[in-house]
Amino acid sequence: MIPSVPFVEGLYASMLRIRRVEECIADLVERGEVLCPCHLCIGQEAIPAGICAALRRDDYVWGGHRSHGHYLAKGGDLTGLLAEILGKPSGCSGGRGGSMHLFAPEVGILGTVPLVAATIPLAVGAALATRRLKTDRVSVSFFGDGATEEGHYHESVNLAALWKLPVVFVCENNLYASHLSLSERRAAEAIVDTARALGVPGDQVDGNDVLAVHTAAVQAVAHARAVGPVFLECRTFRWRGHVGPAEDLDVGVRRRADLAGWMANDPIARAGAWLQAAGMDAGRLAAIERDAREEVRAALARAKAAPDARPEDAGAHVFAARVE
Amino acid sequence: MPGRTSSRRGWNEIVRTLTYAEAIREAHALLLASDPRVFVVGQGVWSPWYVGSSMQGLDVEFGRDRIMDSPVSENAVTGLAVGAALAGLRPIVVHPRMDFMLLAVDPIVNQAANWSYMFNGALGVPVVVRAIVNRGGEQAAQHSQSLQAVFAHVPGLKVVMPATPRDAKGLLIDAVYDGNPVVYIDDRWLYGESGEVPEGLYRVPIGTGRRLRTGTDVTVVATSIMVPRALDAAERLNRAGISVEVIDLRSVKPWDRDLVFSSVRKTGRLVVADAAWEGFGTAAEILAAAATEVLDALQAPPRRVCLPDTPAPMSRHQERAYYPTAESIAAAVQATTTTTRGARSGALPADA
Repeated sequence: MIPSVPFVEGLYASMLRIRRVEECIADLVERGEVLCPCHLCIGQEAIPAGICAALRRDDYVWGGHRSHGHYLAKGGDLTGLLAEILGKPSGCSGGRGGSMHLFAPEVGILGTVPLVAATIPLAVGAALATRRLKTDRVSVSFFGDGATEEGHYHESVNLAALWKLPVVFVCENNLYASHLSLSERRAAEAIVDTARALGVPGDQVDGNDVLAVHTAAVQAVAHARAVGPVFLECRTFRWRGHVGPAEDLDVGVRRRADLAGWMANDPIARAGAWLQAAGMDAGRLAAIERDAREEVRAALARAKAAPDARPEDAGAHVFAARVE
Repeated sequence: MPGRTSSRRGWNEIVRTLTYAEAIREAHALLLASDPRVFVVGQGVWSPWYVGSSMQGLDVEFGRDRIMDSPVSENAVTGLAVGAALAGLRPIVVHPRMDFMLLAVDPIVNQAANWSYMFNGALGVPVVVRAIVNRGGEQAAQHSQSLQAVFAHVPGLKVVMPATPRDAKGLLIDAVYDGNPVVYIDDRWLYGESGEVPEGLYRVPIGTGRRLRTGTDVTVVATSIMVPRALDAAERLNRAGISVEVIDLRSVKPWDRDLVFSSVRKTGRLVVADAAWEGFGTAAEILAAAATEVLDALQAPPRRVCLPDTPAPMSRHQERAYYPTAESIAAAVQATTTTTRGARSGALPADA
């Protein structure tokens, strides 16, 4: 089925917005206004945008250290994200988490955390809860290729398969875990095979083709809702380093050589080319760009204007209130 | 669950005699029957070989989709329980040997313990992590550990250790409704102990201890399996003319500082008995707090009765010496009555 122009425009705008937000965050880090570690997904935007467009507002999304894109694509509040990264009490996590701990329960994000693979079993548990509470929500677990080297990734896929839980496992395979390339970390290249070995169907997808990602996501989400877990390995590449705004300063020669090719394979440029081929004029694309920049500018101004955290509040909320 | 005896106490409280294991089972059954959000997951929960009689027949009564025996995946199973708790359920995740629970430290310590704080108190993790201490019988170092101090050290976790059937039931119920991660530690050595247990869903509040015996000379604070041994020691010492007050700590974190300190102010002497390693342990924490808060009341240096700083031995001959007994507690109590602060020279009785 050929997607409609307005629909693709929405995916394009979603990706562009993520990129402009992350460029803003990169600037904040470079200017020293933000100290907390920020892991940018610039270059990978097609995956959060394509997957989340296939989800309902009440579906769960779980992420990790590199989750600005998941948060934004799922509908998390932009000002809340920037305020969080600035450590403001008005941030989406009350300024307690920063970039690596994002929270937006109103859109199904119950917490992203930086311990690698940590939210994979949590996603499986949330899927169990949706089934027991007789809702038909799905639980989407985003993680990188490095996370698939953790034991609890394999344990979790097995639990989801065994109990036929509504989980979509989305591996954002950007070919590097921090500084090490895939081939330096595993002998078998196809990560999707790890899920298949445990009885979970899966596919490899061009992670820089937002339409391919979205098409695969629609099928995966339908399968998860009706049948059980499914796995998508989305191949992509991050343009920046593992952490921070610099371009791959922490990695080896091969990554540097590969980067130019991947930048030529920009998911946003590809979607823009699709729109232009479908007849969208350049003025409309420029308007999308203008809107994204204006939204980021206004959100940053609001985030910065909010009061700073007070030292005397640092001890609060070690425990949550009792809820019967 | 039929009680062997029952009696009516007060106008509405029916009390039966149950074993500790039966009381745990009854708490599970009442929680499962009254709240559809409650479920149990863990390795061996269908098998008495793993969990003794503490879950006997629950899978038949409530179905195996609510009593979920699990693959050998401590980490993911515990993470699943944490995720289910975040998404609205009330999981009890069971680790039939606490030693194996160390494979699940990430979801307990990094995730569940931090969640409320990291997200500004907006979402607690109402998960009970039930750890069974199963030791003795020449099971050696990796089938013996009692790791309450490891978990009590972590902000955001609560840790309880019931010693009596009444508390085993009431603390499990309170833990499920606490709204925060609670590590509930029960000891297989207590499973056959009998005691009075009220019917129905009652709660023993986490954070409260209980005075089990009133005395005037020495306060003994005990945890879990050391509670019956402390009561035994107190009875023997009473015959020797030493009046011992016994406090069952019940809740390791938070612990009942008011109860312990008020007792120490009365007796002036303190012994803490905890069947875990002495160094950096639960007893160490209580002694440190007593030194800070009630030093003036202490007439003698306080003492600990704990495990030596070695892994659990295997041989029965060495096991017998390894675990503290009523005699160990009695010796420590007597030592506090024969020493005074500032006059520690001279022959001290051997430490337990």
